[in-house]
This record gives sequence, structure tokens and C-alpha cells, in this order.
Amino acid sequence: MAQLTADQVRHIAKLARLTLSDDEVKKFTKELTAILDYVDVLQKVDTNGVEPLKQVTGLTSAFRDDVITDAIALPEPLLATSPLPIVSDQIETPSAHGER
Amino acid sequence: MTLSSLTIGGAHAQLKEKKISSEELTRACIERIEHADKSINAVIHKNFDRALSEAKKIDAKGVFAHPLTGIPYLAKDVFCEAGVPTTACSNILRNKDYVPPFDSTTTQRLRAVSAVSLGKTNTDEFTMGASTETSCFGATRCPWDTSRVAGGSSGGSAAATAADECLFALGTDTGGSIRQPASFCGCTGMKVTYGRTSRFGVMSMASSLDSIGTLAKCVEDVAIILQAIAGKDPLDATTGDVPVPNYTATLKKGVKGLKIGLPKEYFIKGMDPQVESAVRAAAEEYRKLGAQVTDVSLPHSQYAIAAYYVIVPSEVSSNMARYDGVRYGHTVNDPQSLVDYYEKARSSGFGAEVKRRIMIGTFALSAGYYDAYYRQAQKVRTLVKRDFEEAFGGVDVILAPIAPTPAFKIGAHTDDPLAMYLEDVFTVPINLAGIPGLSLPCGFAKGDLPIGMQLLGPQWGEEVILRAGYAYEQATQWHMRKPAL
Repeated sequence: MAQLTADQVRHIAKLARLTLSDDEVKKFTKELTAILDYVDVLQKVDTNGVEPLKQVTGLTSAFRDDVITDAIALPEPLLATSPLPIVSDQIETPSAHGER
Repeated sequence: MTLSSLTIGGAHAQLKEKKISSEELTRACIERIEHADKSINAVIHKNFDRALSEAKKIDAKGVFAHPLTGIPYLAKDVFCEAGVPTTACSNILRNKDYVPPFDSTTTQRLRAVSAVSLGKTNTDEFTMGASTETSCFGATRCPWDTSRVAGGSSGGSAAATAADECLFALGTDTGGSIRQPASFCGCTGMKVTYGRTSRFGVMSMASSLDSIGTLAKCVEDVAIILQAIAGKDPLDATTGDVPVPNYTATLKKGVKGLKIGLPKEYFIKGMDPQVESAVRAAAEEYRKLGAQVTDVSLPHSQYAIAAYYVIVPSEVSSNMARYDGVRYGHTVNDPQSLVDYYEKARSSGFGAEVKRRIMIGTFALSAGYYDAYYRQAQKVRTLVKRDFEEAFGGVDVILAPIAPTPAFKIGAHTDDPLAMYLEDVFTVPINLAGIPGLSLPCGFAKGDLPIGMQLLGPQWGEEVILRAGYAYEQATQWHMRKPAL
């Protein structure tokens, strides 16, 4: 069912915000196809009437009060881990619109 | 014998009687790391100055009421510790090493009882692997044979514990990452029930499966550590509001009358006969100790790896989205745009296994494929969990092998990711079912390579597997053997 093409692999990489070299495309096309081929065995399992398992110990929604706390960490030390410039308590990233 | 080879129980007794100091114990571990780590590459961030200054403070206070007070330990490089580099052994958190401004709940709970943190251990990148070979710091080597892997992904923690570089080490287990390296290195490891320990402040791999546990030198030490780190945490909504029993109190009650099941699906063609015979000999030992051993069946075991390698990459693709060069660590120069920056930072920061899983997950979750892959895998997960529930209707504990072979050679699976995935065949069903598993040594293969077995309990059933593990360990003493390093 899952013979991936090189173009599909490039498309998946794009969705995942990765760029691949031609060598990587070749390597991953082969490897991802082998893995998807292996997991195809799941299609053979009769899961009629079986509910998907989403939380293994049976918990449902857990709520807490919507209260801001600074007990764990303060904004400044959290910003300090960024490798980008900090301007007015914000991280300055490259422009989303493409100009330098 | 150096002080660093003491168990927690043994060291605690001597600390309490003031026969040794925490500083001496900490120095012994540091000296051992400086010596042995040249051969095994288990410790990658050293926090020695701070450890010694903490140990001195603890000695000055002189109160050793808690069994972990003054005890030096290491943590896998995914446990955030305020002020200590924590990099998941990934280049995407290096460049400028990520130094978290906060503590994980687990290291915070250990700090609260004055355990002494020595630093960080090697792991597969973001815990993705079964051999600690995908680390950006290079592979950890098995202390018993340095041409072989230590297992993974908690290979650094297992090797360091087995080589007496610490008294215990923290690890994580998403699909076998504590139990398999414990088996390869000959130490004792505990993967707890999902939600028994808090995941807060530990870098996530697959959030529905990750569990926080420990590697130690004996079962009693595991019980002591678990007692300190287990329990509900408001910072991790998936921790269970379930009482934590007194693990050390019931440890020595023996196994008379205990029902132990051997799953027939875990003795497969192609496994090393030395592994099979060691695990069967352990079953025989349990009979001698008064337990009843019977066969059980876990019929969906054969589908567990496939379900696991859909669910894990899917959750990986989501969890890895936060690493984009903005908030942490790695950066690149001269981006053309923000998207270009993300792509360059991620492509140059992540290693091949992480990219592989991100892409499998991105594919499996994409429109048109979700039902066939992720949803179907979650349904199979239900069936795997039911298998265990039915089995535990008839037995108290399940005894099984951990890995089909002892430690394999470094590089053996480098060019075949699927072969590496199949290493997890006996460990991933336990994570899918969310149950606890205790790994302990049960013999040695040719070439003096440790073999491990796992004792599995029902959800929240850590107490019974610790008790069963203790009885076996005391009867066999396999855990006393040490590598010559």
C-alpha cells in the first residue's frame, strides 16, 4: 500500500519544516517505505467494534483553576534560553514576510 | 572496592553512623567517572563542583533521616534541572547549550530530600533509539564489552550505574528505554505504570507512552527511589490520583503462593537460546521459592511493534514541533524568511532518526491516512491492553525476556532502522498497556554479557513486582556481579 515516491518524501519534509538533500531524499524514501510496509500488518487486525485507546489509565479531562503562577519560572529566565535577540520582552525572529 | 559501588541502603547506613561523609561518597563517584567514563562515554554534562558543594553542606548539617540524603545520582539528559545544561543529546539544543531555568518534578523531589545531582547521562537523541548510538555525543559503550552497545535509550544511565559511576541514575522508558539497557548492562531498572511518576520537566518523546523511572544496583534501591519520586503532581495532569504504597515495607514478604505467568508469545524463533534458557531457569527458581508458574497468552503481541511505530512517530512529529530555533539552543545565520529559518534550524539541528520519526508521523497523521494509521494503531493498542488485563485475571505477575539477544555490537543496526525497531519486540507491549515492568539480571551469556528479565504487574502494581524481584535477587545474587573496568 505504501510505496512512497521521492516527491512524496519531499512533500512530507516540507509539511514538517525540514529540507532534505538529494541524498537524504533517496535514503529516507527507501527507509520510510520499509517502515510503512512493516506497519501495514495493522490492516490485518480485526478491530471492528474496538474503541481507540487514547488515555491508558482511563483519565478524562483534568481541570485546574485558570490562575497565572510564577512559582516555576519567571519570564526573563525563560526568554534567556533563546538564541535570538530579545527586544522589549519578546524574541525577535526573522521576518515572516521574507524581507531581510 | 570503592565507596561508589555501595547500594543506597548500604551507603545510607554508613552516612547515618558518620562512618563516611556525603562528600567522600560524591568524590568517589567523581573519581570513578573520571576513570571509567573514558571507556564507556556515559556521562555528558558534569556538575561536579556544585555536587561537591552541596555534599559539604549536607555533611555540615549532619542529618541523614531520609535514605536518599547525601546520595549522589545522575540523570538522563532529558531531565530539566535549573542551571544545569540539558540537551537531549541533540544538536538542536546545543550551539548555545540549553540551560533550563526550572526543575523537573522528579529532580525537584530528589533535591527536596537532599540527593546530590552529579550531572547528565548520554541518551539516544531525544530518547529515540535502542542503543544510545543516535546521541550527538557518540555512543555509550557496554561496561562488560566496550565493542558493544549499552542499550538504549537510557544507555548512559544504565552503563553509569553498572560501572559504579553513581549510586543510581534516572531514566525514561517509552518502549523499553530503561529495561533493555538495564538488561544489557546488568543492572536493575524500573518502568512504572504510566502516570505513577510525573513527566513534568522531562523532554517529551511520545506523551501517551513516556514514563519516568530509575536504574539502580538492586531491587531495594529501586523501591527507595520510587518512594521518593512517585505520586500525583499538579504539573502533570496525566499522573494518577492513586495512593503510593510503602514499597520497602512489603519487599521481603516472599513469593509463596504467588502466581507467575510465562507468555508463550515471548519465546520466539530467532531469539538467542541463552536468553530463553536464562528466563526459563528464573521461572524454575520461582517454583523453588514457592510460586506457581503457569503459561499465559498475550495473542496481540505480534502487532505491538507496528502499533508502537505508528503511535510514537505521530506523537514525536507533534512534540518536536517546538524545536524551531526560536526559544532554545540552536540557531542559523542569514535566513531568507521565518520559514526558511525554521527549515534550516531544524534540518541542521536534528539527527537522522529524529527526522525519520517526524516524517513517518507527519505522514501517518496527514489527511486521508489518519484512520488507516494512527486510529487503527490506537485500536490495536486497546487489544494489546486487553490481552494483559485478561492475563492478570489469572496471574499476579508475568515473567518475560527483555530483549531477544544480549548487547549487540556497536554499528550492527546503523544502516537498518527497522532492525533496530525490532529490538523492542518484548518491551513495547508493556508501554502500550501502561503497566509497570521491573528489569533485573538473570544470568550471563557467552563472553560475560548480562542477560535480563522483566517482571510485569497490572496497572499501579509496582508493589508486587518489587516483592517478586527482591525474592529472586536474594536467591540468585546475579546483581552482585560487576564488570571489570
